Amino acid sequence: MAGRVNFELVSPERVLVSDTFDMVVIPGGDGDIGVLPDHAPLISTIRPGVIDIHDDGKVAHQVFVAGGFAEVLPDRCTVLAERALMVASIDAGDVRARIEAAELDLRDAESDADRTRAKDELAVLNAMLEAVPDS
Amino acid sequence: MANLKALRTRINSVRSTRKITSAMKMVAAAKLRHAQESAEAARPYAERMARMMASLAGAFAGREDAPRLLAGTGSDKVNLIVVVTSDRGLCGGFNASVVRSVRQRIAELRKEGREVKLLCLGRKGRDLLRRDHGELIVDTLQGLDKGFSYGTARDAAERITAMFEAGEFDQCTVVFNRFQSVMTQVVTWQGLIPAVAPDEPVDDLGGAVYIFEPDEGAILEHLLPRNLGVQVFRGLLESQASEHAARMTAMDNATRNAGDMIDRLNLVYNRTRQAAITTEITEIVSGAEAL
Repeated sequence: MAGRVNFELVSPERVLVSDTFDMVVIPGGDGDIGVLPDHAPLISTIRPGVIDIHDDGKVAHQVFVAGGFAEVLPDRCTVLAERALMVASIDAGDVRARIEAAELDLRDAESDADRTRAKDELAVLNAMLEAVPDS
Repeated sequence: MANLKALRTRINSVRSTRKITSAMKMVAAAKLRHAQESAEAARPYAERMARMMASLAGAFAGREDAPRLLAGTGSDKVNLIVVVTSDRGLCGGFNASVVRSVRQRIAELRKEGREVKLLCLGRKGRDLLRRDHGELIVDTLQGLDKGFSYGTARDAAERITAMFEAGEFDQCTVVFNRFQSVMTQVVTWQGLIPAVAPDEPVDDLGGAVYIFEPDEGAILEHLLPRNLGVQVFRGLLESQASEHAARMTAMDNATRNAGDMIDRLNLVYNRTRQAAITTEITEIVSGAEAL
């Protein structure tokens, strides 16, 4: 047994994480996916949520992603995230302020496209707020 | 002597040109560093996405229900070429090389009896292509040199998708200058629709097939438009880095040429001045001798 997962987290701007870990838990579109080495090949969508990176028997890192895709192969796991940030760096107060702004946007949205965009943004922000441990 | 004055003016004008070109070179160098970083940082995402696309395309190979963005319309009649150039000139052969390649391609496609449409990202491409292929240009997006984000690329991609869905073209390719090094930029063609598998071989899964969650269709529905945006974004970034690199090289050459020219003009100026003085002295001496 290989023992470790080769995990990569990539956003359009840069590579955020590239290392080996014990296990990675990804918020898949249909439910959370735990990825261990020698996982069956899988491609999944990602819902806004938190990726738990397990190492040494505990959660070593938590990264918030605002949707994207995951590709799992027996020897590696790649996550393509639209936006990603470390959970530790999220400021709950800031997110609350942005939720209020997004709610205003949703109310003032004139076209369907604007409304969909505001709704998506709101969903992302709410998920972000949930990700903060003591909010 | 009027000639001397003319030379002096000329030298001064070349000097100020040199000042401008060397300033432009420095600006381009500063911008290049930034553009190069963002272009290189964006590469992994685009590459991984291309790999994922290849896997999905493999899963749909030969299936009738493949989304049209992936499989194309089944026809290759009308080609849309997305031409990525800069908004501004003075960057050597940067725009010309893209345009030359596009012209060649248009000629080839026409020979095969296919139709061509052009979508220009960047003003220069339109300016250069307008003369002989003006009727092919569908639209031009400009103002890219003022900075762009993924949003800009996404808007362009949405535009392309809308045109595709309206049946305005069958195939779409993007052409841009890929940044290789400061000295070399390579004109690169990349297929957008139908989504083309990248050059790198698809991983051999030992006969295993991907599990798709929720299912192939739903993933593709999200992935295809995003892939289009990412590829366009990548083209823009690469093109931007290339533009600054090309401009830096061009302006470096121009600065050096201006320096050479100043040296040459100075030589002529001094010779002319000396000749004038010699003539004057000879005149005075011969005048004195005549007395």
